[in-house]
Amino acid sequence: MIQCTIKRQSISVLEGTTILEAAKQNHIRIPNLCYMEGLHSTGSCRICSVEVVGAKTLMAACVTEVREGMQVFTHSKKVQDARKMLYQLLLSDHHQDCLRCNRNLECEFQELGRELGVTQSLFQTTSSRSAKDEGPSIVRDTSKCILCQRCVTVCQDIQGVGAIRVQNRGFQSVVAPAMELPLAQVNCANCGQCTIVCPVGALEGTDATEIVWQALHDPNVRVVMQCAPAIRVAIGELFDYPVGTRVTGKLAAAMKALGADDVFDTNWAADLTILEEGTELLHRLLKSLEGQPAAFPMITSCSPGWIKFVEHQYPHLLDHLSSCKSPHMMLGALSKSYYAEKLGINPKKIFVVSVMPCTAKKFEITREEMIHDGLKDVDAVLTTRELGRMIRQAGIDFRQLKDIPFDQPMGFSTGAADIFGVTGGVMEAALRTVYTVLSGRPLPFAKLHVESIRGMDEVKEATLVLQDLLPQYHALEGAHVKVVVTSGLHGARVLMDQIQAGNSPYLFMEVMGCPGGCITGGGQPRSHDPEVRSKRMKALYEEDESKVLRESHANPSIDALYREYLGEPCGERSHHLLHTHYIKRAPIIP
Amino acid sequence: MQVSQVEQVVKKIPDSQELEKILNLIDLYGNRPENLIQILHGTQQIAGHIPLTLQCIIAEKLSIPVSEVSGVVSFYSFFSAKPRGKHIIRVCLGTACYVRGGKKLVETLQHKLQVNLGETTADGQFTLEIARCIGACGLAPAMMIDDEVFRQVNPNKVDSILQQYEGGRSS
Ligand code: SF4
Ligand code: SF4
Ligand code: FES
Repeated sequence: MIQCTIKRQSISVLEGTTILEAAKQNHIRIPNLCYMEGLHSTGSCRICSVEVVGAKTLMAACVTEVREGMQVFTHSKKVQDARKMLYQLLLSDHHQDCLRCNRNLECEFQELGRELGVTQSLFQTTSSRSAKDEGPSIVRDTSKCILCQRCVTVCQDIQGVGAIRVQNRGFQSVVAPAMELPLAQVNCANCGQCTIVCPVGALEGTDATEIVWQALHDPNVRVVMQCAPAIRVAIGELFDYPVGTRVTGKLAAAMKALGADDVFDTNWAADLTILEEGTELLHRLLKSLEGQPAAFPMITSCSPGWIKFVEHQYPHLLDHLSSCKSPHMMLGALSKSYYAEKLGINPKKIFVVSVMPCTAKKFEITREEMIHDGLKDVDAVLTTRELGRMIRQAGIDFRQLKDIPFDQPMGFSTGAADIFGVTGGVMEAALRTVYTVLSGRPLPFAKLHVESIRGMDEVKEATLVLQDLLPQYHALEGAHVKVVVTSGLHGARVLMDQIQAGNSPYLFMEVMGCPGGCITGGGQPRSHDPEVRSKRMKALYEEDESKVLRESHANPSIDALYREYLGEPCGERSHHLLHTHYIKRAPIIP
Repeated sequence: MQVSQVEQVVKKIPDSQELEKILNLIDLYGNRPENLIQILHGTQQIAGHIPLTLQCIIAEKLSIPVSEVSGVVSFYSFFSAKPRGKHIIRVCLGTACYVRGGKKLVETLQHKLQVNLGETTADGQFTLEIARCIGACGLAPAMMIDDEVFRQVNPNKVDSILQQYEGGRSS
C-alpha cells in the first residue's frame, strides 16, 4: 500500500494506482475528459491536470501513478487556471454549433465547461476540420471532434476493427479512416460503439427520425413499429427511471402514442428465428451424418455488425453463418406478406419501423438482399436514443403512459426471446428448443438457464450430452455438443482464427457484435459504466423468468404462423422470406 | 489475417516488378509491424509514392489496420500517398514571407500550374507544396525548387523560373 495525500486528505491505495483512480476511490472529484475507466487513458486532453508538490509541471492524473508521500492538489488556483486555459484551447478548435447539436445538454464537453466555470472564449473559434461524412449507419462530423481518441481505442481494442485512426498531424490532425475515406468505404462494421463513447457530437447514428415522422403523418401509410428486446430494459433511463427498469408496457404505449398503427414485438420474430435457426442446425447435423459437407460451427447471424465484420475479415468462411435474417428483418418481411394478406392491403402501403439498440441495423436494411421487388423488408431503423428523442418531441409524458400489450398476430413472445438481447441469450434460447426437439424433454438445467454461457467473459462455452433421444434422432445418441459464445468483435476474431486454423471444436457459435450483446449496442442510451451493463442484463433475465412460456417452440402464435402461412421451418416460403445470403468484401471497398 | 487484398489490387498496379520488390522488402523486414516506418521508406523509394493500394498490401502483410498505415504515411511529410512530380516546389509561408506576398505567390503558382497545394501537375513535372520558413526571411518572399532557393520572387518572375525546369534539366 502507498500513502499519500490528495487535497490534504491522507489516503492509502495499492501500488500502481493512478492519481485519478486514487481520488475516485476516496470520493474526490478530478475533472477529466478523454479518460474512460479501464479502457482509455492516453493523457491526451490534460484536463485532469493536478498539482503535485515538488513536481516542475502539472501532472495528468489519469496517467500518473501515486508515489509514497505524494502530496496532490486537485483544485489549487494554478490548477484551476490551467484547466480553464486547456478548455479554452480545446474550445477554440471546436465547431460550436451547440444549440443545434444532437448532443445539446447531453454533451460531456459542455458539462465540463460548466464544471470548470468557463464563461468566456479567449480565442477566436474556428474548427480546423470540416469533413462531414454521412453513411447509412454512422455520421461523422469532424468539426466537432476534440481528438480525445476514445473512438479509436474502442474500435481497435474492444472491437478489433481499427477502422479509424488519427490521420495527418498538427492542426490537420483528424480522426478518420485510411486516406480520410468515408466510413462506408472501409471495413467499419457499423457497430456504433464509437458513437457511445464520443464525448461530443462528432459521432452519432444516422438520423431516421425525419422519415419516420413523415410516414407517421401520412394518412395513406400504415406504419408498423416493432422493438427489440434490449429496448425495454434501457429506454427507461432516458426518462429518469433507475438503470435496469423494465418498461415494456410503456414502450408499447409510447409507440402507439406516436401514431403507429401496429405495435409488434421483435421478440415474436426472435422465437421464430429459433425455430428456423434450430432447424437449420439440425439439417446441417443430419447432412454431415450422411457424410455430406456441412460447415461447423454454424454461427448465429442476428447481429448485422458482426455480419459486416465477418464479410470483410473472413470472406472465405461465410458458409459458417446461419442463413437466417435477423429477427426484425423477418418481422418486416412478414409484415409485408403474411400480415398484408391478412389485412387485405397492398404491402406498398406498409411502412415498417424497427426500434433497435443498434446502428448496424440501419445499414442492414439497405442491403440489396433485404429488398424484394423494390420493397424493403424494413423501411427505417430508429435507435433507442432516437425513439427517446421522438417521444420527447411529441410531448408524450412517458412516465404517465398506461402499460399496453403488443398487437397481434406478431406481438406474443416467450421468455426465450427476451434473452436475445444479451450475450449468451440466443444460444440459450436455441438450446432450450433444440434439446426438446431431440429428446422430447425440457433442457435439464435449473430454470432452463445455461449458466456457463452467461456474463461478460470474452469466450464462454458449454457442453451438452445428448441422451435418451427420440427414436428418429437415434443417430445423435450420446453426442457431446460443444457450443461457444462471444460478444464484441475482438472475441469474434479469436474464434474465427480458430476456425480458420481448422481446430474449432464447436458445433454452434453465437456472436454478438457489441460487448455484452444488444443491451449495450451502439444505439442504446450512452454509458460506459460496467454497472449499467449488468443491470440491463439482469433485467432481461427477469423479463424471461417472469413469463409462463419460456421456450420458443411453445409460442402459439408462431405455431399459427406455420400452420396458416409458412408450412414448416426452413420450408419454401421461409427460405424466400426469412433467409438470406452474404457478400465477400475487401477491407477497403474499391 | 485478412483475406488477400493483394490479389484484389494487384491488377491496379501497373508495374508488377515494383510490387514484387515491395513484397520482398516486407518479407525482409519479417512482416513485423515494428518495422512499418522502414518498410514505408523502402516502398516510397521503390514506387515514388505510397498509394492506398500499396498501403492495403502493407497492412495486410503486417496484420495491422490500413488506417494505421495511412496514419503514419500522412503524419510524416517525407511520405506521400499521391504521385510526386519530378520537381518539388516549396513556397515559404513563414511569417516574413507570408506578410510579404508568399500567399500571392502560392496563388500565382496554383493558377499557372493548375494544381492545388500538395498536388502534382498533369505532366508530372511539378508538385506544389508549402514550407514553414526556409531561412530566407531577409529576402522574402522565397521559394525552393528541389534544393535551390529563389529569393524575392514576385509573381512576374515565376514564368522564367519555371522555364528553367520545364522539360529540361532534371536534377
Ligand atoms: S462503428 Fe464500430 S467498427 Fe465502425 S468505426 Fe465505429 S467502432 Fe469502429
Ligand atoms: S470523434 Fe469523438 S471520440 Fe473520436 S476523437 Fe473525436 S471527440 Fe473523441
Ligand atoms: S482525462 Fe487525463 S489527459 Fe484527458
